[in-house]
Amino acid sequence: MDNDVFDQFIEQLQRYVRERLIPAEKAIIEADAIPDDILAEMRDMGLFGLTMPEEYGGAGMNIAQYVRTIRELSYAMPCYRSITSINIGMVCSALKRGGTDAQKAEWLPRLAAGEIASFGLTEPGSGSDSAAMQTSAVKSGNGWVLNGTKRYITNAPFANVALIMARTNKEALPKNAHVSAFIVPMDTPGITVGKSDKKMGQAGSHIADIIMEDVKLPADALLGAEGGGFVMAMQSLDNGRLSVGAAAAGYARRALDSALRYANERKAFGEPIANFQLIQQMLAESEIEIYAAECMLEDACRRADAGENVLRKAAAAKVFATEMCGRVVDRVVQIYGGAGYLAEYDAERFFRDARIYRIYEGTTQILQLQIAKHMLREWAAQA
Amino acid sequence: MKILVPVKRVVDYNVKVRVKSDGTGVDLANVKMSMNPFDEIAVEEAIRLKEKGIATEIVVVSIGVQQSQETLRTALAMGADRAILVVTDVTTESLTVAKILAKVAAEEQPGLIILGKQAIDDDANQTGQMLAALLGWPQGTFASAVVPNGDRVAVTREVDGGLETVDLKLPAVVTTDLRLNEPRYASLPNIMKAKSKPLASKTPADYGVDPTPRLTITKVVEPAKRSAGTKVKTVDELIEKLKNAGAIA
Ligand SMILES: Cc1cc2nc3c(=O)[nH]c(=O)nc-3n(C[C@H](O)[C@H](O)[C@H](O)COP(=O)(O)OP(=O)(O)OC[C@H]3O[C@@H](n4cnc5c(N)ncnc54)[C@H](O)[C@@H]3O)c2cc1C
Repeated sequence: MDNDVFDQFIEQLQRYVRERLIPAEKAIIEADAIPDDILAEMRDMGLFGLTMPEEYGGAGMNIAQYVRTIRELSYAMPCYRSITSINIGMVCSALKRGGTDAQKAEWLPRLAAGEIASFGLTEPGSGSDSAAMQTSAVKSGNGWVLNGTKRYITNAPFANVALIMARTNKEALPKNAHVSAFIVPMDTPGITVGKSDKKMGQAGSHIADIIMEDVKLPADALLGAEGGGFVMAMQSLDNGRLSVGAAAAGYARRALDSALRYANERKAFGEPIANFQLIQQMLAESEIEIYAAECMLEDACRRADAGENVLRKAAAAKVFATEMCGRVVDRVVQIYGGAGYLAEYDAERFFRDARIYRIYEGTTQILQLQIAKHMLREWAAQA
Repeated sequence: MKILVPVKRVVDYNVKVRVKSDGTGVDLANVKMSMNPFDEIAVEEAIRLKEKGIATEIVVVSIGVQQSQETLRTALAMGADRAILVVTDVTTESLTVAKILAKVAAEEQPGLIILGKQAIDDDANQTGQMLAALLGWPQGTFASAVVPNGDRVAVTREVDGGLETVDLKLPAVVTTDLRLNEPRYASLPNIMKAKSKPLASKTPADYGVDPTPRLTITKVVEPAKRSAGTKVKTVDELIEKLKNAGAIA
């Protein structure tokens, strides 16, 4: 997308976030749901189609533009990103990579128009070790039959379609070639969705189990090659990690701005607490770290857009940005003092909402392992 | 019916402006600029009239620096059909703007001109009135409702005493008040489409208008800081205080 168009969009989005999305937060927390009128507006704004190519009704953003947009959107509470990001992140990216023309023509316009998507990788018995999944896809006639349970699946209660990872081979194969990806309409017989799980934070966003019992799918439900699902999922997760990093950076900025306001309003010992150097240190440290995360994200995106393999850098940016966000929201609670512990003020929910960023789409530990593995492999190749 | 909507690029309403140290004006360096909020309401009203099938074409026009193009692009992205930019680097005064707009109106022959009641930079609140006078058209200022009906338009006005509805013969000039509508955000698909909408570039000379300012600003100062008020417990105390302050006899 042209930069002048993008700049104009960012300006509108910043206003939309501050004038509409943020004022709606209180109501969303109470109802634990995004109101229909806001959801309709988000669709009209084009937020579900950021990354889809223009010929499929999307905006054709590159990775840098997409990730910047997520950062701006994430100045508001996290559920706004959750509802859109599986579409424009994981599922769109997998379709663009592995989809046939017919699959793209069928799904990309629907997703760009705002049908809601889920991405099913995690299971009751496998999370970080996702290749150990038990969900099976067995060939039957021309099509496939799926059985198994996916756990903690974002958007499951209202998704129209899910990208489901399932094993197409009983044995674990090298490069995880026992895993394939399937596009599954959620109204297919045999699918049930569990109750929404109660979570620590991120009100308005929902996760649940997807239970599949003899779910019959046509041959063209397979996305990409048989056995190519895991590689595709991992490649899509590169984008996903940049998106989570951007969510953390955007939300850290929101929390810091809120602390800055509070520090100027709250008085102790006869003056605003912002005058105290120990408060200033917390503000400055947060500012420095947010800036660092923003720079990492921008660099990783620029490289990804230039065609570089950013596995290591996307993982690094995700780990840094999400751990950083954790430190920032912790300081923000501290700056708020006792008020920071009360549900009446924002600091407390910033603290709860931010916690998941260090866990999903690759925990900090798993990504550290990946980064180290990559470094060691590179070292060995050069030695 | 064609609708003409003039829009102005002004300092964004969220910006806290500062007076330049030499007192010649306010500091505009690196300040965020946006469409005047009252003009956004005007654009929105025109779009709604088009959506209702009453308007057929919306032409937006801006008089100002080259960057006013961005403001016009926003109006196009909201839903206007084409734009005219009259480029001038000098400070635009209400009468200059009204004269240029009158010429644009003569050329475009709109059935309705909808503009903001004022621009939030100098809050002059006179361009619409001057324009109506120059054109000899009826005017409905401070509109909170605009209902065209055949060759007439009913404009509900927010006046000191409440609401007043005037019935005007078209073509007419309407200026918008805050409660007329809530402007939409430009959506990403529409921003993309707006790129290919026509934008004509003109100069004041094209309309035979000399934009040289007729007024000189002698000095700009910050408003005086207001001192804190006091709370009173009773009406008697209030009267007592007002008397002491010499505010009442
Ligand atoms: C709100 C929410 C939304 C989610 N959305 C989705 C979704 O849409 N789709 C989806 O598929 N999944 C989703 N998930 C699941 C999420 O991706 C997993 O929870 C995550 O990957 C971690 O897996 P796990 O919970 O099984 O933890 P485990 O794998 O059991 O890990 C537990 C702990 O052990 C550590 N650990 C594991 N292995 C190692 C190792 N080799 N070395 C060192 N430490 C290790 C981990 O870092 C972690 O600290 C979601 C989860 C939540 C809570």
